[in-house]
Amino acid sequence: MNQPVPLVEMRNISKHFGGLQALTDACLDLYPGEVVGVLGHNGAGKSTLMKILAGAQTASSGEILINGDVADIQDPNDARAYGIETIYQELALCGNLDAPSNLFMGRELHKWGFLRKREMRREAAEALSKLNIRIKSLETDVEMMSGGQRQSISISRAVHFDAKIIIMDEPTAALGMEESKKVVDLIQDLKEHGIGILWISHDIHDVYNFTDRIVIFHGGKNVMTARTKDFTQDEIVSMIISGTPVKKEAAV
Amino acid sequence: MTMFEKIRTYPLTWIVVVALVLAFALTMASPYFLTSGNINNLLKQVSIVAILAAGQSMVIITGGIDLSVGSVLALSAVTIGWLIQADVHPLIATFCGLAMGTLCGFINGFIITRGRIAPFIVTLGMLGIARGMALVITGGVSYQILEPLFLTIGNSKFLGLPIPIYFVIVTYFVIHIVMHYRVFGQHIYAIGGEERVARLQGIKVDREKLKVYTISGFLAALAAVVMVGRLAATPPSVAQGIELQAIAAVIIGGISFTGGRGLVLTALVGALIMAMITNGLNILGISSFWQQVLIGVVIIAAVWLDNLKSAARQ
Repeated sequence: MNQPVPLVEMRNISKHFGGLQALTDACLDLYPGEVVGVLGHNGAGKSTLMKILAGAQTASSGEILINGDVADIQDPNDARAYGIETIYQELALCGNLDAPSNLFMGRELHKWGFLRKREMRREAAEALSKLNIRIKSLETDVEMMSGGQRQSISISRAVHFDAKIIIMDEPTAALGMEESKKVVDLIQDLKEHGIGILWISHDIHDVYNFTDRIVIFHGGKNVMTARTKDFTQDEIVSMIISGTPVKKEAAV
Repeated sequence: MTMFEKIRTYPLTWIVVVALVLAFALTMASPYFLTSGNINNLLKQVSIVAILAAGQSMVIITGGIDLSVGSVLALSAVTIGWLIQADVHPLIATFCGLAMGTLCGFINGFIITRGRIAPFIVTLGMLGIARGMALVITGGVSYQILEPLFLTIGNSKFLGLPIPIYFVIVTYFVIHIVMHYRVFGQHIYAIGGEERVARLQGIKVDREKLKVYTISGFLAALAAVVMVGRLAATPPSVAQGIELQAIAAVIIGGISFTGGRGLVLTALVGALIMAMITNGLNILGISSFWQQVLIGVVIIAAVWLDNLKSAARQ
């Protein structure tokens, strides 16, 4: 069978902070148009693994392949150059700045160091409307906006900069029901565009409904990688808690 | 947003209104206040604090603080004086003085970013180091500077305004452009807003901070040039405690002490308000002891107002 090349393949990633072993031979892969749920307790190592992919931390050992080629990711800029964008629960925007400034933060459009404000505004308006995101005024500081609006800005930022791989760290945790639904709709949109999504979440219900596959970590090690629907929600929860894989009699 | 709304929410509007009200009140209180002699005097008084406040604003907008500017000013002044009395050409001496201040600022920034030490502590250390070095170099002696270059800066006028005012205008013009029209300025606001986010979004936070502290050091040295001109001497004890005046100007202007918010130009108005209070009370013959009380009250009131504003925003 003609297996497609994974967007991301993380092989045998280990990470230790001094004496503390955060990850041991962690593996993960992600294919285009796929949502993979990354699960585990606090301290299971899932966040560390995601930070390594996003360039916020570097692995002690192991390798990362992007589209089948070994990638060297030392900092967030490297990760972005590979089309990896991260959407954090709360932290990704500066509340004191408006939407265009946040959208272009660190990648401002400029000519000889002078900001091209008008162009950034126009592109921001386009990027937001492409995802059907409505914001009262582009000049409003984002701290005045609702959680859902802020999350939408983060997502439109990722899309605008042509992300191929989006890491979502608890994307709906801070949101109300209605707003969560909007974010989930956005994610369906992204899938159809062939973007691969890594979804970190504690909400087993969301994970069960919106992910194609799951990767479960416990104590910095892989417990299980499987299609989400191969297990019940209870079985997944039990694997997250116990760290031992549930045996399936009838393998699918 | 309507035009009126824009003006109403522009940070400069209210502080300018306060300054105008104060100027009006002083004019009413004393016919001497609005004479050209007094205004010139006021502008000269304000120039040094105003230049320092420009650098201080940038630092405070990143969420930091620079306590060393008064001492760095003194060290730069002393460098200039020491070189001139050693018969170095005054332009070269000035250049070396500017380089000295810039270096001090660079060292501040370097230690803050590399050593991960709080700006308060690093610049407090530099406050001692630079002042001490100024005393060591001179042995505590003040040099007299009678070079025409400095006498011109201190005493001449151009188009009716004292020369130091042009230093202030150029400084604020350049810093305003940097803060609002350059990528660098955008990064400064981002860092002050949420440093972690700035870092995650790929802004080179350490490099930008290093630049900000270096600029603050340079501006302290620029203020030293004006100071040497005004005093026609370089006492190593000059400008003691002036950093607090610069910080006060920034706060009165309404720049947020927690960073990320505020307009550098407001610090200039803040400095003017402080100078007007001092000057006005002098004219009215009120004891200088009361001036300190009043300025203290104004600082606290300014921050309280700022808090009320942000409470209204939430």
